[in-house]
Amino acid sequence: MHLPVPRGDLSRELANALLCNPSGEHAANLATVATGRLASASDVLDDGDLQLSLFMLYELHYRGFAGVDDRWEWNPGLISLRTQIEEAFEQALREAAGPVPSVEPSSSEVAQALFALAASDAGPSVSKFIQRKANAAQAREFLILKSIYQLKEADPHTWAIPKLEGRAKAAMVEIQADEYGNGHLPRMHSELFRQTMRGVGLRDDFGAYIDRIPAVTLAAVNMISLFGMHRRHRGAITGHLALYEMTSSIPQAAYARGFRRLGYGSPVTDYFDEHVEADAVHEQIAGRDLAGGLAEDEPELVPDILFGAQAAAAVDALAGAQYLDAWEAGRSALLAGAEAGAGAVA
Amino acid sequence: MSGGDCASEAATITVCPQGPLLLRGDFEIVDAEGQSIEARQGPVALCRCGGSAIKPFCDGTHKLMKFERPK
Repeated sequence: MHLPVPRGDLSRELANALLCNPSGEHAANLATVATGRLASASDVLDDGDLQLSLFMLYELHYRGFAGVDDRWEWNPGLISLRTQIEEAFEQALREAAGPVPSVEPSSSEVAQALFALAASDAGPSVSKFIQRKANAAQAREFLILKSIYQLKEADPHTWAIPKLEGRAKAAMVEIQADEYGNGHLPRMHSELFRQTMRGVGLRDDFGAYIDRIPAVTLAAVNMISLFGMHRRHRGAITGHLALYEMTSSIPQAAYARGFRRLGYGSPVTDYFDEHVEADAVHEQIAGRDLAGGLAEDEPELVPDILFGAQAAAAVDALAGAQYLDAWEAGRSALLAGAEAGAGAVA
Repeated sequence: MSGGDCASEAATITVCPQGPLLLRGDFEIVDAEGQSIEARQGPVALCRCGGSAIKPFCDGTHKLMKFERPK
């Protein structure tokens, strides 16, 4: 993907550094700028400069950027910068998630608590809007907003596999194998989404629309990288995946109906149809075997499991509210600004 | 242990509390006439509440129906 257009001092300094050869000379300056930005940030989750910077730092560990030396991935200065932002990000996620209830460390109790949390989600319903009201331009915006995760769907959770053992590991592998189409490319979920993007005339390469993606949407993706890449967050990543799976099958059916209402059929709707069926399976495995299995193996992780789930629900609710506010008011939910990488929505 | 592509693996059915039946291993699903019903790769969830729009498979509708079946 292209290097994103900066959204403030920190992402500008970072982008400038990434265009140079990897070295230590940028580290001190980046740390100083980050300290200033973090001190002045009123809402870390909705801060475009911070979330884009974090996204760029994580992306070095995925597919990288055109024109950026891959050796930056493990540059100590950038790891240090990432740690600095992650501390503030984690604190903001904990505030958004709120206190977690006390739950017995048994598979059935943890699964029940996660299903109850998913059912209590009273946030604004993007899926109902897409199903009943969205026009074609809004439906395309919805795909663009989703694309910053869905075109690499499953990758951030895969980080957790080597950090898990036993029943939880088997469950994670079973779910992820399914996400990756059991090794069959046309069935890979990210590939199905690529097909959906192409089907409505959008670009299907990862990150093409990065400059149109609002901060909170980036925060939702950064959260999965944070949880997946840190061993100490192995509880949170299982709770996050469980919540995602448990809040998926019914909304996916609504998305499919919305796109059919707008005149689309297969292959555009295949992605949604596949998820109705797949996530009805995954939510069972994720609740009892993944999160529940981990809770039985490591009972002290139960609060982390619930934190991951509550943080996922909270950030998704924030993002959904932003989309609906914009669409209900007749505005675009995308950033208007930079157009470096991709064309505007028709 | 992923699903129906493992020819040598006996089928197992997991009864999910207040949820579907999870089917793994080597299985074939047929309709009343004995005609094969195509199932997705990997484990499948069979509807137990009667509310699914994609029967015989589960679509999560039991969560909206307050489906309560013994564990």
